[in-house]
Amino acid sequence: MEMKATRDAFGEALRELGREKRKVVVLSGDLEDSTRAEYFKKEFPERFFNLGIAEQDILGTAVGLSLDGLIPFACSFAVFLTNRAYGILRISICYNKRNVKVIGSHAGLTVGEDGATAQCLEDFAITRVLPNIIVLSPVDAVETKKAAKAIAELCGPVYMRLGRGPYPVITKESDPFIIGKANLMREGDDVALIATGLMVSEALKAAKILSDEGISSRVINIHTIKPIDEETIIDAAKETGAIVTAEEHQIHGGLGSAVAEVLVKNEPVPMEMVAVQDTFGESGAPEELLRKYHLKAVDIVNAAKDVIKRKRG
Amino acid sequence: MTLTPAKLDELKETARHLRIDVLKMLTLAGSGHTGGSLSAVDIITALYFHKMRHDPQNPRWDERDRFILSKGHGGPALYAALSKAGYFDRRHLWQLRQAGGILQGHPFSRSTPGLECTSGSLGQGLSIANGIALACKLTKKSCQIYVLLGDGEIQEGQVWEAAMSAAHHKLDNICAIVDNNGLQIDGSVDGIKSLNPIAPRWRAFGWETREIDGHDLKQIIQALDPADKVKGKPQMIVAHTIKGKGVSFMEGKVGYHGVAPTREELKRALPELGASIEAESLL
Repeated sequence: MEMKATRDAFGEALRELGREKRKVVVLSGDLEDSTRAEYFKKEFPERFFNLGIAEQDILGTAVGLSLDGLIPFACSFAVFLTNRAYGILRISICYNKRNVKVIGSHAGLTVGEDGATAQCLEDFAITRVLPNIIVLSPVDAVETKKAAKAIAELCGPVYMRLGRGPYPVITKESDPFIIGKANLMREGDDVALIATGLMVSEALKAAKILSDEGISSRVINIHTIKPIDEETIIDAAKETGAIVTAEEHQIHGGLGSAVAEVLVKNEPVPMEMVAVQDTFGESGAPEELLRKYHLKAVDIVNAAKDVIKRKRG
Repeated sequence: MTLTPAKLDELKETARHLRIDVLKMLTLAGSGHTGGSLSAVDIITALYFHKMRHDPQNPRWDERDRFILSKGHGGPALYAALSKAGYFDRRHLWQLRQAGGILQGHPFSRSTPGLECTSGSLGQGLSIANGIALACKLTKKSCQIYVLLGDGEIQEGQVWEAAMSAAHHKLDNICAIVDNNGLQIDGSVDGIKSLNPIAPRWRAFGWETREIDGHDLKQIIQALDPADKVKGKPQMIVAHTIKGKGVSFMEGKVGYHGVAPTREELKRALPELGASIEAESLL
Protein backbone atom coordinates (compact mmCIF):
# COMPACT_ATOMS: atom_id res chain seq x y z
CA MET A 1 0.00 0.00 0.00
CA GLU A 2 1.23 3.47 -0.88
CA MET A 3 2.26 5.51 2.14
CA LYS A 4 2.42 9.30 2.22
CA ALA A 5 2.39 11.94 4.93
CA THR A 6 -0.58 14.29 4.98
CA ARG A 7 1.79 17.20 5.62
CA ASP A 8 3.57 16.40 2.32
CA ALA A 9 0.28 16.37 0.45
CA PHE A 10 -0.71 19.63 2.12
CA GLY A 11 2.56 21.30 1.09
CA GLU A 12 1.91 20.32 -2.53
CA ALA A 13 -1.70 21.47 -2.38
CA LEU A 14 -0.68 24.80 -0.89
CA ARG A 15 1.77 25.35 -3.75
CA GLU A 16 -0.99 24.62 -6.24
CA LEU A 17 -3.32 26.99 -4.41
CA GLY A 18 -0.62 29.63 -4.67
CA ARG A 19 -0.70 29.23 -8.43
CA GLU A 20 -4.49 29.23 -8.64
CA LYS A 21 -5.29 32.02 -6.16
CA ARG A 22 -3.28 35.18 -5.88
CA LYS A 23 -4.98 35.94 -2.57
CA VAL A 24 -3.52 32.93 -0.79
CA VAL A 25 -0.78 33.94 1.65
CA VAL A 26 1.10 31.68 4.05
CA LEU A 27 2.37 32.34 7.56
CA SER A 28 4.79 30.09 9.32
CA GLY A 29 6.23 29.96 12.80
CA ASP A 30 9.72 28.74 12.00
CA LEU A 31 9.27 25.03 11.10
CA GLU A 32 8.60 25.84 7.43
CA ASP A 33 10.51 22.73 6.44
CA SER A 34 8.59 20.50 8.88
CA THR A 35 5.14 21.79 7.91
CA ARG A 36 6.06 21.76 4.19
CA ALA A 37 5.02 25.42 3.98
CA GLU A 38 8.39 25.91 2.30
CA TYR A 39 7.03 24.41 -0.93
CA PHE A 40 4.87 27.54 -1.18
CA LYS A 41 7.65 29.84 -0.06
CA LYS A 42 9.99 28.66 -2.82
CA GLU A 43 7.52 29.67 -5.50
CA PHE A 44 5.86 32.66 -3.83
CA PRO A 45 8.36 34.25 -1.44
CA GLU A 46 6.55 37.60 -1.52
CA ARG A 47 3.38 35.96 -0.18
CA PHE A 48 5.14 34.02 2.54
CA PHE A 49 5.83 35.32 6.04
CA ASN A 50 7.89 33.44 8.58
CA LEU A 51 7.11 35.25 11.82
CA GLY A 52 9.42 33.18 13.96
CA ILE A 53 8.55 31.30 17.11
CA ALA A 54 5.51 33.36 18.03
CA GLU A 55 2.23 31.54 17.48
CA GLN A 56 -0.01 34.23 18.95
CA ASP A 57 1.50 36.78 16.62
CA ILE A 58 1.11 34.40 13.68
CA LEU A 59 -2.61 33.94 14.19
CA GLY A 60 -3.14 37.63 14.93
CA THR A 61 -1.23 38.66 11.80
CA ALA A 62 -3.27 36.17 9.79
CA VAL A 63 -6.41 37.92 11.03
CA GLY A 64 -5.08 41.26 9.80
CA LEU A 65 -4.24 39.79 6.39
CA SER A 66 -7.75 38.34 6.15
CA LEU A 67 -9.28 41.71 7.03
CA ASP A 68 -7.84 43.02 3.83
CA GLY A 69 -9.32 40.23 1.75
CA LEU A 70 -6.39 37.85 1.55
CA ILE A 71 -6.70 34.13 2.35
CA PRO A 72 -4.11 33.33 5.02
CA PHE A 73 -2.97 29.81 5.85
CA ALA A 74 -1.17 29.74 9.21
CA CYS A 75 1.10 26.72 9.48
CA SER A 76 2.89 25.27 12.47
CA PHE A 77 2.73 22.28 14.76
CA ALA A 78 -0.79 21.51 15.96
CA VAL A 79 0.27 21.68 19.57
CA PHE A 80 1.65 25.22 19.30
CA LEU A 81 -1.11 26.72 17.16
CA THR A 82 -4.01 25.32 19.15
CA ASN A 83 -2.49 25.44 22.62
CA ARG A 84 -0.25 28.50 22.71
CA ALA A 85 -2.43 30.71 20.56
CA TYR A 86 -5.84 29.61 21.80
CA GLY A 87 -7.04 33.04 22.89
CA ILE A 88 -6.35 34.44 19.44
CA LEU A 89 -8.10 31.49 17.82
CA ARG A 90 -11.09 32.07 20.07
CA ILE A 91 -11.54 35.82 19.80
CA SER A 92 -9.74 37.25 16.83
CA ILE A 93 -10.50 34.32 14.52
CA CYS A 94 -13.68 32.51 15.62
CA TYR A 95 -15.67 35.30 17.31
CA ASN A 96 -14.69 37.60 14.47
CA LYS A 97 -15.48 34.87 11.87
CA ARG A 98 -12.26 35.62 10.03
CA ASN A 99 -11.23 33.74 6.93
CA VAL A 100 -8.13 32.20 8.48
CA LYS A 101 -7.01 28.62 7.86
CA VAL A 102 -5.12 27.20 10.83
CA ILE A 103 -3.08 24.19 9.74
CA GLY A 104 -1.68 22.10 12.58
CA SER A 105 0.79 19.46 11.54
CA HIS A 106 2.55 16.83 13.67
CA ALA A 107 -0.63 16.06 15.58
CA GLY A 108 -1.15 12.93 17.61
CA LEU A 109 1.09 10.34 19.22
CA THR A 110 2.76 9.51 15.92
CA VAL A 111 5.02 12.56 16.22
CA GLY A 112 6.90 9.86 18.04
CA GLU A 113 10.36 10.46 19.44
CA ASP A 114 9.91 14.17 20.26
CA GLY A 115 7.68 13.04 23.09
CA ALA A 116 4.67 14.38 24.96
CA THR A 117 5.39 18.10 24.61
CA ALA A 118 4.99 17.88 20.85
CA GLN A 119 2.21 15.29 20.73
CA CYS A 120 -1.02 17.21 20.34
CA LEU A 121 -3.82 15.04 21.72
CA GLU A 122 -6.41 17.68 22.59
CA ASP A 123 -6.84 19.75 19.43
CA PHE A 124 -10.25 18.33 18.47
CA ALA A 125 -11.59 19.00 21.94
CA ILE A 126 -10.43 22.58 22.21
CA THR A 127 -11.18 23.64 18.64
CA ARG A 128 -14.57 22.03 18.15
CA VAL A 129 -15.95 23.77 21.22
CA LEU A 130 -15.49 27.14 19.51
CA PRO A 131 -18.40 28.58 17.51
CA ASN A 132 -17.97 29.34 13.79
CA ILE A 133 -15.02 27.02 13.16
CA ILE A 134 -14.77 24.00 10.87
CA VAL A 135 -12.50 21.22 12.18
CA LEU A 136 -10.98 18.80 9.68
CA SER A 137 -8.88 15.67 10.08
CA PRO A 138 -8.11 14.17 6.67
CA VAL A 139 -7.62 10.44 6.40
CA ASP A 140 -4.73 10.37 3.92
CA ALA A 141 -2.67 12.34 1.42
CA VAL A 142 -5.30 12.23 -1.33
CA GLU A 143 -8.02 13.52 0.96
CA THR A 144 -5.70 16.18 2.39
CA LYS A 145 -5.29 17.75 -1.04
CA LYS A 146 -9.04 17.85 -1.54
CA ALA A 147 -9.50 19.34 1.92
CA ALA A 148 -6.90 22.05 1.29
CA LYS A 149 -8.62 23.05 -1.95
CA ALA A 150 -12.06 22.97 -0.33
CA ILE A 151 -11.15 25.22 2.58
CA ALA A 152 -9.61 27.80 0.27
CA GLU A 153 -12.99 28.07 -1.44
CA LEU A 154 -15.00 28.78 1.69
CA CYS A 155 -14.92 31.96 3.73
CA GLY A 156 -14.51 31.36 7.46
CA PRO A 157 -12.31 29.88 10.16
CA VAL A 158 -10.92 26.38 9.68
CA TYR A 159 -8.63 24.20 11.74
CA MET A 160 -7.08 21.27 9.90
CA ARG A 161 -5.03 18.57 11.61
CA LEU A 162 -2.17 16.89 9.78
CA GLY A 163 0.25 14.16 10.75
CA ARG A 164 4.00 13.87 10.64
CA GLY A 165 4.54 10.31 9.52
CA PRO A 166 3.31 8.59 6.40
CA TYR A 167 -0.31 7.42 6.46
CA PRO A 168 -1.58 4.61 4.21
CA VAL A 169 -3.28 6.04 1.13
CA ILE A 170 -6.76 4.53 1.29
CA THR A 171 -8.85 6.90 -0.82
CA LYS A 172 -8.88 7.64 -4.53
CA GLU A 173 -8.89 10.87 -6.49
CA SER A 174 -12.42 10.06 -7.64
CA ASP A 175 -13.84 9.64 -4.10
CA PRO A 176 -16.12 12.50 -3.06
CA PHE A 177 -14.99 14.96 -0.42
CA ILE A 178 -17.65 17.20 1.03
CA ILE A 179 -16.98 19.08 4.25
CA GLY A 180 -19.38 17.79 6.90
CA LYS A 181 -20.21 14.60 5.01
CA ALA A 182 -18.59 11.40 6.32
CA ASN A 183 -17.37 8.77 3.89
CA LEU A 184 -18.40 5.14 4.08
CA MET A 185 -15.28 3.01 3.71
CA ARG A 186 -16.84 -0.42 4.19
CA GLU A 187 -20.35 -1.79 4.52
CA GLY A 188 -21.35 -3.85 7.55
CA ASP A 189 -24.25 -4.55 9.93
CA ASP A 190 -23.03 -5.89 13.27
CA VAL A 191 -21.04 -2.88 14.46
CA ALA A 192 -19.94 0.50 13.11
CA LEU A 193 -16.32 1.61 13.45
CA ILE A 194 -16.28 5.40 13.28
CA ALA A 195 -12.74 6.73 12.96
CA THR A 196 -10.73 9.75 11.91
CA GLY A 197 -7.27 10.35 10.46
CA LEU A 198 -4.77 7.56 10.73
CA MET A 199 -7.20 5.47 12.78
CA VAL A 200 -9.43 4.88 9.75
CA SER A 201 -6.72 2.60 8.34
CA GLU A 202 -6.60 0.73 11.63
CA ALA A 203 -10.38 0.44 11.59
CA LEU A 204 -10.25 -1.09 8.11
CA LYS A 205 -7.68 -3.62 9.32
CA ALA A 206 -9.89 -4.33 12.32
CA ALA A 207 -12.88 -4.86 10.02
CA LYS A 208 -10.94 -7.48 8.11
CA ILE A 209 -9.98 -9.33 11.30
CA LEU A 210 -13.59 -9.18 12.54
CA SER A 211 -14.85 -10.41 9.21
CA ASP A 212 -12.63 -13.49 9.50
CA GLU A 213 -14.44 -14.17 12.77
CA GLY A 214 -17.83 -13.73 11.17
CA ILE A 215 -18.52 -10.20 12.40
CA SER A 216 -19.62 -7.69 9.81
CA SER A 217 -18.43 -4.15 10.54
CA ARG A 218 -19.15 -0.87 8.87
CA VAL A 219 -16.24 1.58 8.66
CA ILE A 220 -16.89 5.31 8.51
CA ASN A 221 -14.28 7.99 7.87
CA ILE A 222 -15.06 11.18 9.76
CA HIS A 223 -12.82 13.73 8.07
CA THR A 224 -14.92 16.59 9.43
CA ILE A 225 -14.99 16.66 13.22
CA LYS A 226 -17.11 19.82 13.13
CA PRO A 227 -19.77 20.12 11.80
CA ILE A 228 -20.12 16.41 12.40
CA ASP A 229 -22.22 14.30 10.04
CA GLU A 230 -25.11 13.49 12.38
CA GLU A 231 -27.13 11.67 9.76
CA THR A 232 -24.46 9.11 8.94
CA ILE A 233 -23.79 8.50 12.64
CA ILE A 234 -27.47 8.08 13.51
CA ASP A 235 -28.02 5.73 10.55
CA ALA A 236 -25.02 3.65 11.62
CA ALA A 237 -26.41 3.39 15.14
CA LYS A 238 -29.86 2.42 13.89
CA GLU A 239 -28.57 -0.13 11.43
CA THR A 240 -25.78 -1.75 13.47
CA GLY A 241 -26.84 -1.09 17.06
CA ALA A 242 -23.23 -0.76 18.30
CA ILE A 243 -20.57 1.88 17.79
CA VAL A 244 -16.81 2.01 18.27
CA THR A 245 -14.98 5.30 17.76
CA ALA A 246 -11.23 5.48 17.11
CA GLU A 247 -8.97 8.54 17.17
CA GLU A 248 -5.39 9.55 17.86
CA HIS A 249 -6.59 11.98 20.52
CA GLN A 250 -7.50 12.11 24.19
CA ILE A 251 -10.60 10.15 25.10
CA HIS A 252 -12.29 13.27 26.47
CA GLY A 253 -13.71 15.82 24.11
CA GLY A 254 -12.68 14.43 20.75
CA LEU A 255 -14.37 12.32 18.09
CA GLY A 256 -15.76 9.84 20.61
CA SER A 257 -17.38 12.63 22.58
CA ALA A 258 -18.74 14.25 19.44
CA VAL A 259 -20.30 10.97 18.30
CA ALA A 260 -21.70 10.33 21.78
CA GLU A 261 -23.28 13.79 21.80
CA VAL A 262 -25.13 12.89 18.61
CA LEU A 263 -26.19 9.45 19.80
CA VAL A 264 -27.48 10.26 23.27
CA LYS A 265 -29.90 12.75 21.75
CA ASN A 266 -30.99 10.68 18.80
CA GLU A 267 -30.23 6.98 18.95
CA PRO A 268 -28.55 5.81 22.14
CA VAL A 269 -26.74 2.52 21.53
CA PRO A 270 -23.81 0.87 23.31
CA MET A 271 -20.53 2.55 22.46
CA GLU A 272 -16.81 2.05 23.03
CA MET A 273 -14.09 4.63 22.47
CA VAL A 274 -10.58 3.80 21.30
CA ALA A 275 -8.42 6.80 22.18
CA VAL A 276 -5.60 7.89 24.47
CA GLN A 277 -6.86 7.16 27.97
CA ASP A 278 -6.51 10.53 29.73
CA THR A 279 -2.73 10.41 29.90
CA PHE A 280 0.17 12.18 28.21
CA GLY A 281 2.31 10.40 25.62
CA GLU A 282 6.05 9.80 25.69
CA SER A 283 9.03 9.38 23.38
CA GLY A 284 9.14 6.34 21.17
CA ALA A 285 8.79 5.06 17.64
CA PRO A 286 5.30 5.87 16.30
CA GLU A 287 4.33 2.22 15.87
CA GLU A 288 5.58 1.37 19.33
CA LEU A 289 3.51 4.19 20.81
CA LEU A 290 0.35 3.23 18.95
CA ARG A 291 0.71 -0.27 20.40
CA LYS A 292 1.51 0.91 23.91
CA TYR A 293 -1.40 3.37 24.01
CA HIS A 294 -3.82 0.86 22.48
CA LEU A 295 -4.48 2.57 19.18
CA LYS A 296 -4.03 -0.45 16.91
CA ALA A 297 -6.43 -2.56 14.90
CA VAL A 298 -6.41 -5.20 17.63
CA ASP A 299 -7.64 -2.64 20.13
CA ILE A 300 -10.51 -1.73 17.82
CA VAL A 301 -11.29 -5.44 17.39
CA ASN A 302 -11.46 -5.90 21.16
CA ALA A 303 -13.64 -2.82 21.56
CA ALA A 304 -15.96 -4.07 18.82
CA LYS A 305 -16.38 -7.44 20.51
CA ASP A 306 -17.05 -5.75 23.86
CA VAL A 307 -19.65 -3.44 22.44
CA ILE A 308 -21.41 -6.19 20.51
CA LYS A 309 -21.85 -8.09 23.79
CA ARG A 310 -23.67 -5.05 25.16
CA LYS A 311 -26.04 -4.76 22.22
CA ARG A 312 -29.72 -4.85 22.99
CA GLY A 313 -31.27 -8.11 22.02
CA MET B 1 -3.65 68.52 6.56
CA THR B 2 -2.76 71.86 8.13
CA LEU B 3 -3.84 72.53 11.62
CA THR B 4 -5.29 76.03 11.77
CA PRO B 5 -6.14 77.63 15.12
CA ALA B 6 -9.80 77.34 14.18
CA LYS B 7 -9.42 73.63 13.44
CA LEU B 8 -7.62 73.12 16.74
CA ASP B 9 -10.49 74.79 18.58
CA GLU B 10 -12.94 72.62 16.72
CA LEU B 11 -11.03 69.48 17.73
CA LYS B 12 -10.98 70.57 21.36
CA GLU B 13 -14.71 71.05 21.18
CA THR B 14 -15.12 67.60 19.62
CA ALA B 15 -13.06 66.00 22.37
CA ARG B 16 -15.19 67.76 24.99
CA HIS B 17 -18.35 66.39 23.39
CA LEU B 18 -16.92 62.90 23.20
CA ARG B 19 -16.10 62.99 26.90
CA ILE B 20 -19.66 64.02 27.70
CA ASP B 21 -20.99 61.18 25.57
CA VAL B 22 -18.64 58.68 27.17
CA LEU B 23 -19.84 59.62 30.64
CA LYS B 24 -23.48 59.49 29.65
CA MET B 25 -23.14 56.14 27.89
CA LEU B 26 -21.34 54.56 30.80
CA THR B 27 -23.75 55.92 33.36
CA LEU B 28 -26.68 54.53 31.41
CA ALA B 29 -24.92 51.20 30.92
CA GLY B 30 -24.22 51.01 34.64
CA SER B 31 -20.85 49.36 34.04
CA GLY B 32 -17.77 49.83 31.89
CA HIS B 33 -14.34 51.38 31.81
CA THR B 34 -14.48 55.09 32.50
CA GLY B 35 -10.85 55.98 33.25
CA GLY B 36 -9.24 54.43 30.19
CA SER B 37 -11.96 55.70 27.87
CA LEU B 38 -11.44 59.29 29.02
CA SER B 39 -7.65 59.03 28.76
CA ALA B 40 -7.92 57.98 25.10
CA VAL B 41 -10.39 60.62 23.95
CA ASP B 42 -7.92 63.22 22.66
CA ILE B 43 -5.89 60.67 20.70
CA ILE B 44 -9.03 59.24 19.12
CA THR B 45 -10.29 62.75 18.35
CA ALA B 46 -7.08 63.69 16.57
CA LEU B 47 -7.22 60.50 14.50
CA TYR B 48 -10.87 60.44 13.48
CA PHE B 49 -11.49 64.16 13.10
CA HIS B 50 -8.21 65.31 11.63
CA LYS B 51 -5.62 62.75 10.68
CA MET B 52 -7.25 59.68 9.22
CA ARG B 53 -8.63 59.34 5.72
CA HIS B 54 -11.95 57.59 6.16
CA ASP B 55 -15.49 57.79 4.90
CA PRO B 56 -18.42 57.01 7.20
CA GLN B 57 -20.63 56.70 4.10
CA ASN B 58 -18.32 53.99 2.80
CA PRO B 59 -16.85 52.24 5.85
CA ARG B 60 -15.14 49.55 3.74
CA TRP B 61 -13.46 52.04 1.39
CA ASP B 62 -10.30 50.27 0.24
CA GLU B 63 -7.95 53.19 0.66
CA ARG B 64 -9.10 54.21 4.14
CA ASP B 65 -6.65 54.53 6.99
CA ARG B 66 -7.30 51.95 9.70
CA PHE B 67 -7.63 52.28 13.43
CA ILE B 68 -7.37 49.32 15.78
CA LEU B 69 -8.33 49.86 19.40
CA SER B 70 -6.18 47.16 20.94
CA LYS B 71 -7.12 48.36 24.45
CA GLY B 72 -10.67 47.27 23.80
CA HIS B 73 -11.98 48.40 27.17
CA GLY B 74 -11.64 51.96 25.89
CA GLY B 75 -14.49 51.15 23.50
CA PRO B 76 -16.86 53.89 24.71
CA ALA B 77 -14.44 56.59 23.49
CA LEU B 78 -14.28 54.96 20.08
CA TYR B 79 -18.03 54.38 19.91
CA ALA B 80 -18.66 58.05 20.69
CA ALA B 81 -16.21 59.06 17.95
CA LEU B 82 -17.64 56.67 15.36
CA SER B 83 -21.13 57.93 16.05
CA LYS B 84 -20.08 61.58 15.87
CA ALA B 85 -18.24 60.88 12.62
CA GLY B 86 -21.46 59.46 11.19
CA TYR B 87 -20.99 55.69 11.21
CA PHE B 88 -24.19 55.13 13.18
CA ASP B 89 -26.97 57.02 14.93
CA ARG B 90 -26.34 58.52 18.36
CA ARG B 91 -29.30 56.71 19.87
CA HIS B 92 -27.21 53.51 19.84
CA LEU B 93 -24.81 55.08 22.34
CA TRP B 94 -27.48 54.91 24.99
CA GLN B 95 -27.80 51.14 24.52
CA LEU B 96 -24.16 50.36 25.28
CA ARG B 97 -23.77 46.92 26.88
CA GLN B 98 -27.45 46.07 26.48
CA ALA B 99 -28.63 42.81 24.96
CA GLY B 100 -29.60 43.29 21.34
CA GLY B 101 -27.65 46.57 21.03
CA ILE B 102 -24.93 47.17 18.47
CA LEU B 103 -22.36 48.29 21.05
CA GLN B 104 -20.84 45.40 22.94
CA GLY B 105 -19.00 45.86 26.23
CA HIS B 106 -15.80 45.41 24.25
CA PRO B 107 -15.57 46.21 20.52
CA PHE B 108 -17.06 43.56 18.24
CA SER B 109 -16.58 44.44 14.61
CA ARG B 110 -19.43 42.32 13.33
CA SER B 111 -21.98 44.33 15.28
CA THR B 112 -20.74 47.92 14.97
CA PRO B 113 -20.35 49.88 11.70
CA GLY B 114 -16.92 51.43 11.33
CA LEU B 115 -15.09 49.08 13.68
CA GLU B 116 -12.11 47.45 12.01
CA CYS B 117 -11.69 44.62 14.43
CA THR B 118 -12.73 42.92 17.60
CA SER B 119 -10.73 43.53 20.76
CA GLY B 120 -11.05 43.21 24.49
CA SER B 121 -8.69 40.39 25.28
CA LEU B 122 -5.61 42.55 25.63
CA GLY B 123 -2.50 42.20 23.53
CA GLN B 124 -4.04 41.10 20.23
CA GLY B 125 -4.36 44.35 18.28
CA LEU B 126 -0.81 44.99 17.17
CA SER B 127 -0.49 41.61 15.44
CA ILE B 128 -3.73 42.30 13.61
CA ALA B 129 -2.48 45.75 12.62
CA ASN B 130 0.71 44.13 11.33
CA GLY B 131 -1.36 41.77 9.19
CA ILE B 132 -3.28 44.68 7.68
CA ALA B 133 0.00 46.52 7.11
CA LEU B 134 1.52 43.52 5.34
CA ALA B 135 -1.62 43.15 3.22
CA CYS B 136 -1.53 46.84 2.27
CA LYS B 137 2.09 46.55 1.21
CA LEU B 138 1.35 43.41 -0.79
CA THR B 139 -1.57 45.04 -2.57
CA LYS B 140 0.24 48.38 -2.92
CA LYS B 141 -2.19 50.45 -0.87
CA SER B 142 -0.90 53.58 0.80
CA CYS B 143 -3.05 53.32 3.95
CA GLN B 144 -1.72 54.15 7.40
CA ILE B 145 -2.60 51.72 10.17
CA TYR B 146 -3.00 53.19 13.63
CA VAL B 147 -3.23 51.07 16.73
CA LEU B 148 -3.89 52.26 20.27
CA LEU B 149 -2.45 50.20 23.10
CA GLY B 150 -2.83 50.56 26.83
CA ASP B 151 0.31 50.82 28.92
CA GLY B 152 -0.77 47.94 31.15
CA GLU B 153 -1.66 46.04 27.99
CA ILE B 154 1.94 45.91 26.86
CA GLN B 155 2.61 43.52 29.70
CA GLU B 156 1.11 40.93 27.32
CA GLY B 157 3.85 38.94 25.61
CA GLN B 158 2.08 38.95 22.27
CA VAL B 159 2.62 42.70 22.03
CA TRP B 160 6.36 42.13 21.96
CA GLU B 161 6.07 39.29 19.45
CA ALA B 162 4.23 41.76 17.25
CA ALA B 163 6.71 44.55 18.00
CA MET B 164 9.49 42.32 16.65
CA SER B 165 7.47 41.39 13.57
CA ALA B 166 6.67 45.00 12.66
CA ALA B 167 10.30 46.03 12.89
CA HIS B 168 11.59 42.94 11.09
CA HIS B 169 9.18 43.47 8.22
CA LYS B 170 9.88 47.23 8.16
CA LEU B 171 6.20 48.08 8.54
CA ASP B 172 6.50 51.85 8.19
CA ASN B 173 2.76 52.05 7.54
CA ILE B 174 2.13 51.20 11.21
CA CYS B 175 1.82 53.89 13.83
CA ALA B 176 1.20 52.59 17.33
CA ILE B 177 0.27 54.82 20.24
CA VAL B 178 0.50 53.90 23.89
CA ASP B 179 -2.14 55.54 26.08
CA ASN B 180 0.32 55.81 28.95
CA ASN B 181 -2.01 56.65 31.81
CA GLY B 182 0.11 54.77 34.34
CA LEU B 183 -2.72 52.78 35.90
CA GLN B 184 -4.17 49.33 35.44
CA ILE B 185 -7.06 47.70 37.22
CA ASP B 186 -5.14 46.64 40.33
CA GLY B 187 -3.12 49.81 40.76
CA SER B 188 -0.18 51.62 39.22
CA VAL B 189 1.57 49.93 36.32
CA ASP B 190 4.86 50.75 37.99
CA GLY B 191 3.76 49.01 41.14
CA ILE B 192 2.48 45.88 39.42
CA LYS B 193 5.03 45.28 36.72
CA SER B 194 6.85 48.32 35.53
CA LEU B 195 7.27 48.98 31.84
CA ASN B 196 9.40 52.04 32.32
CA PRO B 197 11.14 53.40 30.47
CA ILE B 198 8.65 52.60 27.73
CA ALA B 199 10.10 54.48 24.75
CA PRO B 200 13.62 53.05 24.98
CA ARG B 201 12.20 49.54 25.10
CA TRP B 202 10.38 50.12 21.83
CA ARG B 203 13.47 51.75 20.34
CA ALA B 204 15.46 48.68 21.31
CA PHE B 205 12.92 46.63 19.39
CA GLY B 206 13.61 48.69 16.28
CA TRP B 207 10.83 51.28 16.42
CA GLU B 208 11.04 55.02 15.88
CA THR B 209 9.61 56.60 19.02
CA ARG B 210 8.25 59.95 20.15
CA GLU B 211 6.91 61.04 23.53
CA ILE B 212 4.12 63.55 23.83
CA ASP B 213 1.41 64.89 26.09
CA GLY B 214 -1.52 62.74 25.05
CA HIS B 215 -4.05 65.42 25.94
CA ASP B 216 -2.47 68.21 23.89
CA LEU B 217 -4.18 67.91 20.52
CA LYS B 218 -1.54 70.03 18.84
CA GLN B 219 1.24 67.77 20.12
CA ILE B 220 -0.68 64.64 19.12
CA ILE B 221 -1.10 65.89 15.58
CA GLN B 222 2.47 67.11 15.39
CA ALA B 223 3.57 63.60 16.33
CA LEU B 224 1.18 61.87 13.92
CA ASP B 225 2.19 63.98 10.92
CA PRO B 226 5.84 62.93 10.66
CA ALA B 227 4.84 59.33 11.33
CA ASP B 228 3.61 59.03 7.72
CA LYS B 229 6.96 60.09 6.39
CA VAL B 230 9.42 57.85 8.22
CA LYS B 231 10.51 54.98 6.01
CA GLY B 232 11.65 51.51 6.90
CA LYS B 233 10.49 51.47 10.52
CA PRO B 234 7.27 51.27 12.48
CA GLN B 235 6.35 54.30 14.59
CA MET B 236 5.56 54.40 18.28
CA ILE B 237 4.10 57.43 20.01
CA VAL B 238 4.19 57.20 23.78
CA ALA B 239 1.34 59.48 24.78
CA HIS B 240 1.48 60.50 28.43
CA THR B 241 -2.10 60.68 29.60
CA ILE B 242 -4.20 60.92 32.73
CA LYS B 243 -6.70 58.25 33.53
CA GLY B 244 -10.16 59.78 33.86
CA LYS B 245 -8.99 62.99 32.12
CA GLY B 246 -11.54 65.79 32.14
CA VAL B 247 -13.36 64.99 35.38
CA SER B 248 -11.49 66.29 38.41
CA PHE B 249 -12.62 63.61 40.83
CA MET B 250 -11.80 60.80 38.40
CA GLU B 251 -8.40 61.97 37.23
CA GLY B 252 -5.58 59.64 38.25
CA LYS B 253 -7.95 57.46 40.27
CA VAL B 254 -7.49 53.75 39.75
CA GLY B 255 -10.96 53.17 41.15
CA TYR B 256 -12.47 54.42 37.89
CA HIS B 257 -10.66 51.86 35.75
CA GLY B 258 -13.54 49.45 35.44
CA VAL B 259 -16.38 51.35 37.06
CA ALA B 260 -19.10 53.48 35.49
CA PRO B 261 -20.16 56.80 37.03
CA THR B 262 -23.25 56.78 39.20
CA ARG B 263 -26.02 59.22 38.31
CA GLU B 264 -24.87 61.46 41.14
CA GLU B 265 -21.31 61.41 39.82
CA LEU B 266 -22.55 62.21 36.32
CA LYS B 267 -24.37 65.25 37.67
CA ARG B 268 -21.16 66.44 39.29
CA ALA B 269 -19.03 65.65 36.23
CA LEU B 270 -21.06 67.25 33.45
CA PRO B 271 -20.64 70.88 34.55
CA GLU B 272 -16.85 70.34 34.62
CA LEU B 273 -17.10 69.57 30.92
CA GLY B 274 -19.25 72.58 30.28
CA ALA B 275 -22.37 70.51 29.85
CA SER B 276 -25.68 71.34 31.38
CA ILE B 277 -27.62 68.66 33.11
CA GLU B 278 -29.62 68.27 29.88
CA ALA B 279 -28.32 64.73 29.93
CA GLU B 280 -30.63 64.11 32.81
CA SER B 281 -33.50 63.76 30.40
CA LEU B 282 -31.77 60.64 29.26
CA LEU B 283 -31.68 59.26 32.73
